[in-house]
Amino acid sequence: MATVLDTTHVPVTAAPALRLDHLRTLEAESIHILREVVAEFERPVMLYSVGKDSSVMLRLAQKAFFPGPIPFPLLHVDTTYKFREMIAFRDDMARSVGARLIVHTNQDAIADGTQPFAVGTQRCCGLLKTKALLDALQAGNFDAALGGARRDEERSRAKERVFSIRDASGQWDPKRQRPELWHLLNARLRPGESIRVFPLSNWTEIDIWQYIHVEQIPIVPLYLAKEREVIVRGSSLIVPEQSFVPVLPGDKVETLRCRMRSLGCSPCTGAIRSDADTVPKIIEELIAVRQSERQLRIIDHDQDASMEMKKREGYF
Amino acid sequence: MSGLLRICTAGSVDDGKSTLIGRMLHDAQAVYEDQVTSVRAASKNRGAGPIDFSLFTDGLKAEREQGITIDVAYRYFATAKRKFILADTPGHEQYTRNMATGASTADLAILLVDASQGVKPQSRRHARIAQLLGITDFVVAINKMDLVAFNRDVYERIRDEFLDILGGARCHAIPLSALQGDNVMGPSPNTPWFEGPGLLEHLETVDVAHDLTAQPFRFPVQLVMRPDHQFRGYAGQIVTGIVRVGDLVTAWPSGRSAHVKRIVTHDGDLDMAFAPMSVAITLDEEIDISRGDQLSGASSPPHVGNRFQAEIVWMDERPAQPGRVYLLKHTTRTVAAEVDRTLALNQIGTATVAVTHPLVFDRYENNRATGSFVLIDPATCFTAGAGMIAGLGESDRTQPNSPISAAARLAHLARGASSDAEAIEAVERALEEMLT
Repeated sequence: MATVLDTTHVPVTAAPALRLDHLRTLEAESIHILREVVAEFERPVMLYSVGKDSSVMLRLAQKAFFPGPIPFPLLHVDTTYKFREMIAFRDDMARSVGARLIVHTNQDAIADGTQPFAVGTQRCCGLLKTKALLDALQAGNFDAALGGARRDEERSRAKERVFSIRDASGQWDPKRQRPELWHLLNARLRPGESIRVFPLSNWTEIDIWQYIHVEQIPIVPLYLAKEREVIVRGSSLIVPEQSFVPVLPGDKVETLRCRMRSLGCSPCTGAIRSDADTVPKIIEELIAVRQSERQLRIIDHDQDASMEMKKREGYF
Repeated sequence: MSGLLRICTAGSVDDGKSTLIGRMLHDAQAVYEDQVTSVRAASKNRGAGPIDFSLFTDGLKAEREQGITIDVAYRYFATAKRKFILADTPGHEQYTRNMATGASTADLAILLVDASQGVKPQSRRHARIAQLLGITDFVVAINKMDLVAFNRDVYERIRDEFLDILGGARCHAIPLSALQGDNVMGPSPNTPWFEGPGLLEHLETVDVAHDLTAQPFRFPVQLVMRPDHQFRGYAGQIVTGIVRVGDLVTAWPSGRSAHVKRIVTHDGDLDMAFAPMSVAITLDEEIDISRGDQLSGASSPPHVGNRFQAEIVWMDERPAQPGRVYLLKHTTRTVAAEVDRTLALNQIGTATVAVTHPLVFDRYENNRATGSFVLIDPATCFTAGAGMIAGLGESDRTQPNSPISAAARLAHLARGASSDAEAIEAVERALEEMLT
């Protein structure tokens, strides 16, 4: 019986062995992609979501352009409902790597009282994430947007290209994707088209954590287990940061040892019960726990083929 | 043994390819519980047993509705011994391009065949595409053995037919049932006559020694990095070979040489670097090098030329036509190009390719990275063709019917450009080329 790789302690090529291990192979491939973007596009931007994948992508960007600085700005689409720790972490990171940070919020929607319990998760995501992202890309006149999505996250993402073309309204047509052979990336765009680029396409969740471990990349502390006050709703654990999150009949407020497996907006991202308070413990937990990471993201399950529909509309 | 094996799969419609992959992912525990739950729910009314394994991989809504796979899906799994990247490519005739896409980066191909149907024309075609794209290691997965009562003769007949099709390639044939799991993870009691390892065990242990570092040093320059006046470095990925500080390297197409001064990375300078590392290289002499040029070892130079023979897989509904100008991307250089023949969608053929600016290349059989290119239709920007360089134009001038005259070539270039500025640039470049 095969088991998932035992990789808490990953051998890393430090001494010159003439074969790169899988992590350094992925690293080299991602650096190649980042450099192609800078070579081929006028105004690239990196979507920085503050999560673990973004943190890895940021480190890869530092490596790709060393000894120069990162030659593009970072863009954070802030719904204003992100965890508070994420915002503090974001500002620190941008300062420490010396990158320009653009923060964009759909202020009109916020002023109209948009929040998931008022308008539903689909409409809330549509306004605060998808529309805000498209507006921000247009405002910055960006022709290429780098994102940290991975193909192993969700089954429609498994079919995503590294260079993924979007039409003039930012939408994805999965049936009109360009073939991508070898490592030859076609950067040509027709007028009005733009491109999303996914340098982490071939990384898995465990690869990300192993890389964070060996590279000692800083992460938002929400990923690590500690005692937190949460609303227990069925099998979901919700961190009550926003006052509009209602307490429903049957809800219990408890203090539990838990952590976030993926970071999004606090009302729509559940915590998991966990004792993993270090990165190696997270890797061990991942090997043992068999729940896919996006399960805790309510927005993926709000309609049939949910992620594919959001991607078609312009979400990452 | 390498820690990462890249696999592609191919088979005809209904050979059960998605089912086999779903089974492998499930049995290797690469599929998560919540995906199993949602697939189990969706499997109702589809008549493929309690779990329809194809639902793990058929990611797009249209595919789930039609019950077929229409696009390449990449899957990731690991066992105790290896990590795998698997490109699941569709078996439909009209999607040959996806097969080529999956095969272009694969170390090994799994060719699937339905034991009850035998070898079909599609199977031969897939084997041919995989071989054309440079794959030399194969698994022939003879599926649905349960439908032929695990008959040994059926297995041997199909196995021998494939050995014949694949010529000298290395090939392991396995009798299996993806639906029931026979010989996927471990040996099956239904095939006591089969002694070879099951599918996953074979994939874990097979040695596909594509030793990139044993080939000559090739380094296509991606970016020239000048963060300040002191530093001038060439950023790129070593596609093959090894480079050491002090090595004499030659920049192509200029042919000027210099010594490697530093190999720079964010993690510190290296004394030596090898494929497939991404690094930055500085030289001890200032020579004019820009994106698209190539550094290579002084002892085994690449070819430099404007004309070559290539095997081309055509992937666009608009056929390839002589006289039309395409953009050709090869390593990190994009040039204007013409082909001397017509190719229809999914057609594979040998053509002479003429380019406006010399390319630095190797034959594909010697080097996948410097021997491959894509053709882009400048009107639609679609990746219309995939090419593998087979030989030099000069040595193969046996077809006198396709000289592209200077005037005709310039006119094509101008017509093919999307703007006046681009036309002027393309014509100027071509003129310069012709006059120097």
